[in-house]
Amino acid sequence: MRRLRNLIAAGVLSVAGLTAGAQAAGDAVVPPAQEWAHGGVNSFLSFFKGYDYAAVQRGFQVYKEVCAACHSMHLLHYRNLTDVGFTEEEVKAIAASVEVTDGPNDQGEMFTRPGVPADKFKSPFPNVQAAAAANGGKAPPDLSLMVKARSHFEDYVYAILTGYEEAPADSHLPPGANYNKYFPGHAIAMPMPLFENGVTYADGTKATVPQMAHDVVTFLAWAAEPKLEERRRVGIMAITFLVVFAGIMYAAKRRVWADVH
Amino acid sequence: MAHAPKSNFSNPVVNWIDQRLPIITMMNKEYGSFPTPRNFNSLWNFGAIAMVVLATMIVSGVVLAMHYTNNTALAFDSVERIMRDVNWGWMIRYIHANGASMFFIAVYIHIFRGVYYGSYKAPRELIWIFGVIILLLMMGTAFMGYVLPWGQMSFWGATVITNLFSAIPVVGEHIVTLLWGGFSVDNPTLNRFFALHFLLPFVLIAVVFLHVAALHITGSNNPLGVEPKGPQDTLPFHPYYTTKDLFGVVLFLIFFAAFVFFAPNYLGHPDNYIPADPLVTPAHIVPEWYFLPFYAILRSITFSITLPFTDVVLIPAKLGGVIGMFGSIAILFVLPWLDTSPVRSSRFRPIFKWWVLLWLVPAFLVLGYVGGKPAEQPYVLLGQIATVMYFVFFLALPIIGRIEKPLPLPASIAKPVLGGGSVATGATAQVMEKA
Repeated sequence: MRRLRNLIAAGVLSVAGLTAGAQAAGDAVVPPAQEWAHGGVNSFLSFFKGYDYAAVQRGFQVYKEVCAACHSMHLLHYRNLTDVGFTEEEVKAIAASVEVTDGPNDQGEMFTRPGVPADKFKSPFPNVQAAAAANGGKAPPDLSLMVKARSHFEDYVYAILTGYEEAPADSHLPPGANYNKYFPGHAIAMPMPLFENGVTYADGTKATVPQMAHDVVTFLAWAAEPKLEERRRVGIMAITFLVVFAGIMYAAKRRVWADVH
Repeated sequence: MAHAPKSNFSNPVVNWIDQRLPIITMMNKEYGSFPTPRNFNSLWNFGAIAMVVLATMIVSGVVLAMHYTNNTALAFDSVERIMRDVNWGWMIRYIHANGASMFFIAVYIHIFRGVYYGSYKAPRELIWIFGVIILLLMMGTAFMGYVLPWGQMSFWGATVITNLFSAIPVVGEHIVTLLWGGFSVDNPTLNRFFALHFLLPFVLIAVVFLHVAALHITGSNNPLGVEPKGPQDTLPFHPYYTTKDLFGVVLFLIFFAAFVFFAPNYLGHPDNYIPADPLVTPAHIVPEWYFLPFYAILRSITFSITLPFTDVVLIPAKLGGVIGMFGSIAILFVLPWLDTSPVRSSRFRPIFKWWVLLWLVPAFLVLGYVGGKPAEQPYVLLGQIATVMYFVFFLALPIIGRIEKPLPLPASIAKPVLGGGSVATGATAQVMEKA
């Protein structure tokens, strides 16, 4: 399915490229397809595939230690992490490691307390304006739905994380921008986020840039589509039921129509 | 009860009710023994399929409305809360979001069937007109529903489409202000769209009821397009068409479920997972796929129409596009009178058949393709050609009705033998054989 779509996309792009000529140049590059244990959030033919929880957990570590410095994930709660293999004790510890502002209390005052699993992921900035002010005028996007909010899904986010290059001589990057092969227009505000051994994985996995990118994108895919496995599991049951039902209905219809020719 | 017909049901409760309100007698007449042409093909399943999808949309929609918050600051996150924290919320939302597409698929096939087999012709013009009204209501409902998640495409789609009304001379700007409830798409817009999105499906049901009620006066058309001439040409609706329709419905539900469970975002747009931002315009604003043909017609009028030899603009390009888009639906209302041929089914219409299959259908598909592309060449030209083709399809029908020599019609449904002779003589040419 994805190969077919890529083929169609490539065909359409080549036609567009031929006709639109130079206009197509300089635009976004199609990100190369990667292998995902879950097949991809938008993959049709991955009926029995689910998330690689070890990768999701490693990806959460990358998010927490690298991405979370600038990017919020306000649709997630710490409690959600039990769905990907963290124990309740681990989740309590993760939540307790942040200070959350709560209140007002019965004195009418805001106060801080350690986080609990029911809290949302703590955002790095108190509000969008603060996030924008600290990042050159534009707030870093929330990552909760990032994988579903871009065409090419996981492949695109992975390509962005690994697509930083030396800017070609003829590129006119605005000040403060970085060159990324896969970003539309190539000038991206986010500096290259991942460096070799940027995190130390507890399970001994070597923290190369492709490894960290793959892990954090797996985590972001789960964050964007947390019900993917349940969806596919229910889908198999629903379609099996409907196919059997269709067979019964076909037999009933044949039987009823037997005397009509 | 002097005038009431006596009911003869063995169950006393049923009998008591039916004596006072003969609803069971009516249901039996309309859906039990109702004489239905015996020769339906599978294209006749799509009315029932559309009905089932409509019911699915209303049930899933009411449940979603219980969890949705219609406020610009909260709407996006409330939809995500449905996806993440409401029991089975992800499934209900994916059913509702994909159900809109399924409704249009079913209805577009249903309309194609009506065109191909001439179902709009006398005495079924009113059924057809109710059908076009249903299509318009569906479009309005679907458009407003797509705004509710308050993503980027929701916001910008709403901005583009509501702005169209400003093209109307004199009152246009006022209509837009009324639609918006202010001076831009904002919270009042979201609130009124939510109210209307909840209301219109029930109006839709009322029109569907009229559509079906009128159908039960004339009876159904059929693939041969000749009226049933007696009981040998028909079958009681139950059990013949209840079983056949249900089989078709279940097959369609498999197709529906494949999208819901395995490709729920395939028909959507990734940008709608970005919260609406009035300060950031998406690179390409694209409506949902089912609006693309009409969107292409809208955009294909790239020129203003001026008074000849002067610079006086009679119809600015924007108004021209709006007229074209609404005209493409409005022209459907007069289709029964544009098509002057007395023969209904394309099977016996050698020109009309290919006029539909090789002219109208490609034009519609090309329009759909162009509608999803950016407004640049060669798509603009392609869209203009297809727009002309679309309208020429209708405008040429009176000519086709005149020059076409229909094939001889069968004497009856039960005896679909080409019995020599033309339309006029065909009906009397053959003695009916017992089925």
